[in-house]
Amino acid sequence: MTPLKHAAKHPEIWRRFSPRQALLRYACYLGIVAVAVWSVSAMDITWFFLLDAHVQALDMATRMWPPEAGYSRKLLTPLIETIHIATLGTVVTVLVAFPVAFLAARNTTFNALTWFIGRFILVASRSVNTVVWGLLFVAIFGPGPMAGIWAITFRSIGFLGKLVAEAIEEIDTGVVEAIESTGASRLQVLWIGILPQVLPVIYGTTVYRWDINIRESSVLGFVGAGGIGIVLYAAINQFRWQEVSVILLAVFAVVILSEFVSAAVRRRIT
Amino acid sequence: MLKISGLSKVYPTGAAALKNVSFSVGEPKVVTIIGPSGAGKSTLIRCINRLVEPTTGKIMLDDVDILALNRHDLREARRRMGMIFQEYNLVERLTVMENLLSGRLGYVGFWRTYGRKFPAEDVAAAFALLERVGLSGYQNTRADALSGGERQRVGISRALMQKPDLLLVDEPTASLDPKTSRQIMRILVELAHERGTPALVNLHDVGLAQSFSDRIIGLRSGEVVFDGPPEQVTAQVLTKIYGEEDWSTTIRKVEGESGKPDKPHSESEESMLRESLA
Repeated sequence: MTPLKHAAKHPEIWRRFSPRQALLRYACYLGIVAVAVWSVSAMDITWFFLLDAHVQALDMATRMWPPEAGYSRKLLTPLIETIHIATLGTVVTVLVAFPVAFLAARNTTFNALTWFIGRFILVASRSVNTVVWGLLFVAIFGPGPMAGIWAITFRSIGFLGKLVAEAIEEIDTGVVEAIESTGASRLQVLWIGILPQVLPVIYGTTVYRWDINIRESSVLGFVGAGGIGIVLYAAINQFRWQEVSVILLAVFAVVILSEFVSAAVRRRIT
Repeated sequence: MLKISGLSKVYPTGAAALKNVSFSVGEPKVVTIIGPSGAGKSTLIRCINRLVEPTTGKIMLDDVDILALNRHDLREARRRMGMIFQEYNLVERLTVMENLLSGRLGYVGFWRTYGRKFPAEDVAAAFALLERVGLSGYQNTRADALSGGERQRVGISRALMQKPDLLLVDEPTASLDPKTSRQIMRILVELAHERGTPALVNLHDVGLAQSFSDRIIGLRSGEVVFDGPPEQVTAQVLTKIYGEEDWSTTIRKVEGESGKPDKPHSESEESMLRESLA
């Protein structure tokens, strides 16, 4: 091969993208910047307030400091209630979400209608925020932890159900074939062939959701659905900032704790 | 006795995987199916227990017309056919014992399955099988902790737990090294003869097929192009099955062995391996 032919066949200059592709990529970047600029300009931000924001923040911090340590004793009961709301809500979620997940997974559902029902439940659950669910259930059950439990449950079903349904759709179908070929019934295939494969996902997401639910249930009190949020809301409204800081610290401690528990459990799942 | 006649399978894509396949398998006989990738070997095996629904044809297992069965009767027919897979297809997160007992699922109800309460004779049979395949003491080991060869032993045991009248074996050694492959084939063939269970085995390794089977069926593009004893598999036959190629090394490897699976296994595994690689 002559050098010229070689050069024609293997050009020395190599580019990952053709000029056309590169231009398109830059156009995309430009588009993202444009969207960001548009969002800021459309939002009607009072820039004046930003000028003394640091002064306000410092003022808030001094009013919060020092946290009123003696107040923490009164927090124990609402704090425990918060954890109970999260835990009970998660337990009820587990019971409801799995049947729904099996309906919503294409490979375990019965027919198109059951699949649609499963998917609909998941989407409906996830499209409403926990606090909004809380508002609805406070209207139904009246204020208190009962409304909180149902709010947590209704939001979590979509989360848990969706992730488990996706795990079911990704199982090793060879195992299902093997169990089917022994003459097992549909329910047995589900129990022996499919469930063990998705159990790690079930455990992992359940604990993860419980962890999220502890954080969510700490604000549910804002709408009267029980837990430490009620106390926090009252303290903020009455400008008792030294109590607010104690509550925030307490919530922070519980969240850290749940994070540890959740991480430890997930590490042990194999 | 399995009797297949005029079996054809056309996939929804229009691909014809099997074309008018007919043969019978009876008495304790190990029949291997060889053929190039895509010849329809897996489809054929899967049609027999209807993991794949055939398009036309007839499959008789003794006096049961497999293709005429409804869902419930198909389950009963499947209990009589043990299946062994290339990728073992064990339930990875369950123990060896649970995997073996899953071979009995067709015989126990859901609540026994739920509580893992299997009849005592099933558990005894499982322990006996574990000992027979050299996995004594592994009953509580999780399947995902086993090596490939050990997994396939569990796979074979699970199929035999069904006390099947026929073994359907799909590429049992394709994921294993040459030595383990021979061990697995030997166990499989010995057990098939011991229990008087005929076996239909897909293999892509011609050497293994010739050493371990009583009869070989050659499949090419979904058609049976050879059906006869291993000794008759010559270079011409291999060309007919796989297409033109220099078969001298494949054939010589085979002629270096006496080839009958039921011969005494006096030689060590190492010398067998050296022989097969020579």
